[in-house]
Amino acid sequence: MKTLTAAHMERCIGCHSCSFACARQVHKLLSWNTAGIRISSSGGLSTGFVAKVCLACDPAPCAVACPTQAMSPRKKGGGVIHKKDLCIRCGKCAEACPVDAIYLDLKKRPFVCIHCGRCVKFCPHECLEMRESESTKRAKKEDAL
Amino acid sequence: MIRDYFRVLVVDLATGKGNVAKIEGRNEFAGGSGLGALLFDIYGHAQRPWDDPDQPLIFSIGALTGLFPLMSKTVCSFKSPYHDQFAESHAGGRSALAIRFADYDAIVIKGRAPRLSCLSIGMSHLEVKDVQFLAGKDVFSTGKLLRRMFPGSGHRSILRIGPAGESLSGMACINADTYRHFGRLGSGGVMGSKNLKGIVIQGDGSFALPDNKDYSKVFDEVYEKMTGTDMMSKYHNLGTAANLNVLNELKSLPWRNLQATKDDDIAGITGEKFADDTLLRNAACAGCPVGCIHLGFVREKFMEQNQYMYRQVAYDYEPIFATGSMLGVTDAFHVLAIMDEIEKVGLDVMSGGVALAWATEAFEKGIITEKETIVPLAFGDAEGYKKAVNYLGQAENEFYAALSKGTLVAAKKYGGEDFACVLGQEMAGYATGETFYVAESLGFRHSHLDSGGYAWDQKNDKKDVDAVCDFLIGDETGRAFITSMVACLFGRGVYNDEQLSACLKSVGYTEIAENMDTIGERVRAMRWKVRFDTGYDPDAISIPKRYNEVTTWKGKTDPEYLAALKKEYGNRIRNLVSKEALIRLGLDKYEKN
Repeated sequence: MKTLTAAHMERCIGCHSCSFACARQVHKLLSWNTAGIRISSSGGLSTGFVAKVCLACDPAPCAVACPTQAMSPRKKGGGVIHKKDLCIRCGKCAEACPVDAIYLDLKKRPFVCIHCGRCVKFCPHECLEMRESESTKRAKKEDAL
Repeated sequence: MIRDYFRVLVVDLATGKGNVAKIEGRNEFAGGSGLGALLFDIYGHAQRPWDDPDQPLIFSIGALTGLFPLMSKTVCSFKSPYHDQFAESHAGGRSALAIRFADYDAIVIKGRAPRLSCLSIGMSHLEVKDVQFLAGKDVFSTGKLLRRMFPGSGHRSILRIGPAGESLSGMACINADTYRHFGRLGSGGVMGSKNLKGIVIQGDGSFALPDNKDYSKVFDEVYEKMTGTDMMSKYHNLGTAANLNVLNELKSLPWRNLQATKDDDIAGITGEKFADDTLLRNAACAGCPVGCIHLGFVREKFMEQNQYMYRQVAYDYEPIFATGSMLGVTDAFHVLAIMDEIEKVGLDVMSGGVALAWATEAFEKGIITEKETIVPLAFGDAEGYKKAVNYLGQAENEFYAALSKGTLVAAKKYGGEDFACVLGQEMAGYATGETFYVAESLGFRHSHLDSGGYAWDQKNDKKDVDAVCDFLIGDETGRAFITSMVACLFGRGVYNDEQLSACLKSVGYTEIAENMDTIGERVRAMRWKVRFDTGYDPDAISIPKRYNEVTTWKGKTDPEYLAALKKEYGNRIRNLVSKEALIRLGLDKYEKN
């Protein structure tokens, strides 16, 4: 399976179009926070930008930490699925994420990348791409051996 | 979030408290420029001086901010330390979206803090924090320290002033997120007078989208035009710096305090030269995929054994004109080094550069000496200018204190008014002809963007007072509407009437969409009304003699035509606020505060 990769962030101009696209299209919201990908300066604007986005850990620590199975691993390739109706908004998933990729809004609702790739075409500098995940590549290698 | 009124945060720095005000008038004033003028009418005091603690400093955004690309600017409205009249300055950066996502249409800041302070606001917090320890700190270190003090990296805006603002300079800017500025007419001085070193705005809210299919469709159309066509290529390619060569060829680029309008030394400071040799990368305002911000670099050896430091400097056409051709500096890296010093001290780059160009000619003519300037000034001498910029920003002595209030203030005191390049304030970089000189001198913001006067000059050489005035007055209406939206003016090719109407309708602002012309006229009249209330008089504005000596592609300036044009344009502006006009636009109910 392919996952979203912020592969060329050195090209990022900080326009936030990707975050807006995710918030608008996936979550039906207007925001630069409630999105699966968030852009931040890496240490002030003179240092360029970083993308806070799910790295498709396999196994996923956020899913392990979730006490209600609202955050569960995808079947293969890494990444998670978040089921809003099962979520008790405890914030454990965000705490467990090693790279701050899960955003909790003011009501403590988690927002995480679902690797749908809909943000990719809204990046004017081609910083983002859908790539085969490391986990998928590893699995393929193992199958071939 | 789509509402038919304005949600405004009003903060009193004296108490550290605020309140959220519901202000009627969304369909009449749209936002941005219109809202700024409306709020000054409500909260401002026309007859009191600019530094009266009760005068408001206002930041306002538009109906479509955050909803569409390039709706990315904030309007700052205030009473100017430059001329003590109502004024406006616009900036990109992140502040517009931060205000939107903090769920406000405008911020009104009143009062004076007891000590140097920073205001921090967001959707769910308001705090005025003592930052006396930042007194005298430059813009860069102030930004870095505020960044550490307040949370929200990535989705907040940090507005701050440098020493120029603290010294109440009429040329002090407000730095917006390092690379953009509320530059003109001294808004930084207003912050200084309020003991306000910084404003941190955190955009931490999220909102439901309009419940229809049109919004996404219209968004995609606009986004495609912005990124998939050539409509914006000028801005993300060489950027506005491309104009250096164009205007030099047209004999319209001011050189050495406008002693010439063309020079072969342009080769060292063209847009191509900056891009080829100095450009590090591009950046964007939040919510804009165009990325017109061009970041060059300054590299300096500070110690033997190859110890270097570097800094990034945002360049554009007008900063290059002001610190390059106007000062006779023709090396791109030297130009960036002067800009860097101007950035640190927190001066408006155009005002500062043009003021020092006048000071240089005055120095050459012996009107002032090193007793005044501290460092000798000579066209082309970047090292001298780097020092002089600091003296100007810190109002180091009596001379620089006078100059920091405006070139004409210093010229009245020391002599040399004839060659002051002041068109209302220190000129913009378009010596294109009589239309521009008059349009900038009398225009609301004293900006080349008040109207298309500079463009008219580049295309027309006939001297027709009525035709020019018809054009200027007609052109200003649309610009007043756009700056009320508050769209970046670079996007005005995409955001024509038809496109703006579709955008507005798709999110539920049908009444605004159906009255854009009237709203443009109303906003324009409201802005001028407030300006007249605070003392504006077109006849009191003079155009210095230097402009009569200027030669463009059309030949020498015609002084008689210039005077006739100025008189008629002044009359036309007065007519905008006639009793009949105010009644027609429903502005007669707004009384002077």
